[in-house]
Amino acid sequence: MWQLIRIELFKIFKKPRTYIAFGAIAAIVFLIQFAFYSDGDEYMAFLLKSVNETFTLEGKLLNGYFICYIILQTLLLHVPLLIALVSGDMIAGEANMGTLRLLASKPVSRTGLILSKFIAATVYTLALLTFMAILSLFGSMLIFGVSDLIVFKTEMFVVLESDDVFWRYIAAYGFAALSMITVSSLAFFLSVFAENSIGPIIGAMSIVLICTILISMDIPFFTEMKPFLFVNHMLNWKGFFDRPVDYAEVLKSALVLIFHIILFVSLTIFVFKRKDILS
Amino acid sequence: MMRSILIIGLMLFLQPVSAQDETALVENLKAKLAKVNDYKATGKMKIDVSFINAPASNINVFYKRPNKFRLKKANGISILPKGGVSININSLFVNDNYKAVSAGEKAVNGVSTKAVMLIPMEENSEVVLMTLYIDEKNLLLLKTSITTRESGSYEMDMSYGKFSNWGLPDKVVFSFNTKDYKLPKGLTLEYEKGGKKKEAKIQNKKGSVEISYSNYIINKGVDEKEFASDKL
Amino acid sequence: MNILHVENLTKHFKEIKAVDDLSFSVKKGEVYGFLGQNGAGKSTTIRMLLTLIKPASGSIHVFGKDLRDNRKTILKNVGAIIEKPDLYKYLTAFENLKLMAQLSGCRCSKQELMNQLERVGLSERADSKVKTFSQGMKQRLGIACALIHDPELIILDEPANGLDPHGIADMRNLILHLSKNEGKTILISSHLLSEIELIADSMLIIDKGKKVAEGSVSVLLNPSDTLVEIETTNDALTKTEIGNSKWAEYLQHGDRILLKMHRQSIPELNKHLVYAGIDVTNIQAKHSLENYFLSLTTGNQHVATYQD
Repeated sequence: MWQLIRIELFKIFKKPRTYIAFGAIAAIVFLIQFAFYSDGDEYMAFLLKSVNETFTLEGKLLNGYFICYIILQTLLLHVPLLIALVSGDMIAGEANMGTLRLLASKPVSRTGLILSKFIAATVYTLALLTFMAILSLFGSMLIFGVSDLIVFKTEMFVVLESDDVFWRYIAAYGFAALSMITVSSLAFFLSVFAENSIGPIIGAMSIVLICTILISMDIPFFTEMKPFLFVNHMLNWKGFFDRPVDYAEVLKSALVLIFHIILFVSLTIFVFKRKDILS
Repeated sequence: MMRSILIIGLMLFLQPVSAQDETALVENLKAKLAKVNDYKATGKMKIDVSFINAPASNINVFYKRPNKFRLKKANGISILPKGGVSININSLFVNDNYKAVSAGEKAVNGVSTKAVMLIPMEENSEVVLMTLYIDEKNLLLLKTSITTRESGSYEMDMSYGKFSNWGLPDKVVFSFNTKDYKLPKGLTLEYEKGGKKKEAKIQNKKGSVEISYSNYIINKGVDEKEFASDKL
Repeated sequence: MNILHVENLTKHFKEIKAVDDLSFSVKKGEVYGFLGQNGAGKSTTIRMLLTLIKPASGSIHVFGKDLRDNRKTILKNVGAIIEKPDLYKYLTAFENLKLMAQLSGCRCSKQELMNQLERVGLSERADSKVKTFSQGMKQRLGIACALIHDPELIILDEPANGLDPHGIADMRNLILHLSKNEGKTILISSHLLSEIELIADSMLIIDKGKKVAEGSVSVLLNPSDTLVEIETTNDALTKTEIGNSKWAEYLQHGDRILLKMHRQSIPELNKHLVYAGIDVTNIQAKHSLENYFLSLTTGNQHVATYQD
């Protein structure tokens, strides 16, 4: 099994498209950091519009922790596409290239093949998240310094003292990794049905996008649906920025995501074991 | 009839004396507070506002006569209600141009106080009306209600301890009205808990900031740079 | 000893029977030709042998073991090229070969891998990415990948596809070498009779998923054997008489009566039928069994088995 995983990792990191994601993340992070460096006050003023009528806020609001939060909030909407780019290609891409029939005719089990591919895709996801963490957290801390973090929610904002923030980011990145692995498993699952990676990539992204739109709309019908959408639970990395942290809810979301991962991977194995490989 | 005339006469005669009492009382209080030229204080600040979730934080407070006041969180972000400069009672009396009117007596936290309304004579004064509740016996300001032109109305409740001789409180509770706070869901993208929807919390329109002072360093000088504004 | 034994193999894709009750055996050390037009069911059969497709029914035994229950063990000893050898274009020849070797369970050293590349004439292009390779080079690399773990059974599906005449000749020589000098068993599928003719020991002809003919190549494609078509006034009696004869084998093709016989025996057949009271309205000699193969693409067939 380790052999298979090594082979899959070798293939992933030899493919040029893998590095698109790293480049894209670096570009987005730098752009956001640059934008805030040059003109972050206006954005801050907008967020604090109603607050500024009653309160005066002083101190380094625009600090590394805040910038990192904004980056995470933005990136975790777009990183799923970059994840799907690789995961959606894992099986469909091989079918398209004609190499799937080579793999499936080797003395390796189909289950082992799928698991090794999924684990390799997961390693890629973790590598991407780590890269993102280094740039967005450490990079922002370096450029903007650190201070208390203000987290803006819909009906309130939370102030977190600066020495109480760093561990939250580590936990949030861990949770974000789980979220991204869920997206990866979805794209991976769709990949088993296609012979071209475009389909699974777009399919996975469409599902994530539609669900994201639904959860951002304040319509009662959609509000009822939210707890059942895994995309909603993906947002609960924000739960670590609450006072106090609702560990029960965060754990619940984590379990929902883990359930989806197991479900998608199991279904992938089930379908692949029965699939006639005609490509 | 004569008795009535006598009583009315006495009241009319006594009133100017009463008015003098209010003014004198306020002047005495002012004089007591004026003994403080500057101070550095340490304390803890707690914010109780429905839409702010912030921990109690350690703060440093700086004051310099006549009205330089700064409340700072060491290495942090401080959230002060607007008009927060008035949290400092020493700055209340910057302006001499006011008329003092007695508003009777009132018990504040079980202590009998004299209520004095200060009406600013200046037309463009930011403060429209100020009511002081003074513990006459100890010459301490226990409560004040302030109505301002731009920053709304607020109240301050003071309690005193070892610095009462200086007129510096151990605890100040600053109460004020708040506006609604709301950001679009599409911007905040919050996690929805689901389940039985809790009744929408009616945003409490009132908030308070409580400052507990642990120590004052009085009249030892304060650097001007302490009053410089931090970059947002 | 049969290296490969297939029995009653069937596969449908929805309503289409791609492989219909197919049975055949491949002996150890022989080159077995698998002949049929495009879409006859050759690739489907080969994919079933390599567990890429699940049969609807039937059994496959390789090295005496049931493929269903001993998949990994069997496939460790099987090398294959399925249609054109698609490899990882973004990897080099060496990387592709190493990867395939590892997947096949082969712990090959770098030298062994280089030797294999040399064997197929690609040692100088070991570090070139496959996307820069011509079709012939890809085919050679495919062969290297199929043989790197020294398999006993080699399955080649249309290996000459896309090759120029020089490449085809090289392929042929390699197959003969593997079979004659290294004792490998090779199953090779093709739609080109000419290719099978030159290298196969035995062959099977498949059409519309069904076996049409099977036997040793020398017997099936004996140039001295001629295909004769007869038309008579009494087909039933004709079939009986031919069945009783010793010098003609009866093959049916739709309504036509086809016989395989020596050309010199044609007059004798004619006489025999006339004496039996059958009026012969037409008797025609075709060139060779190649025509028979070409004519096997429509209608019902009777399976004739030719044994040495």
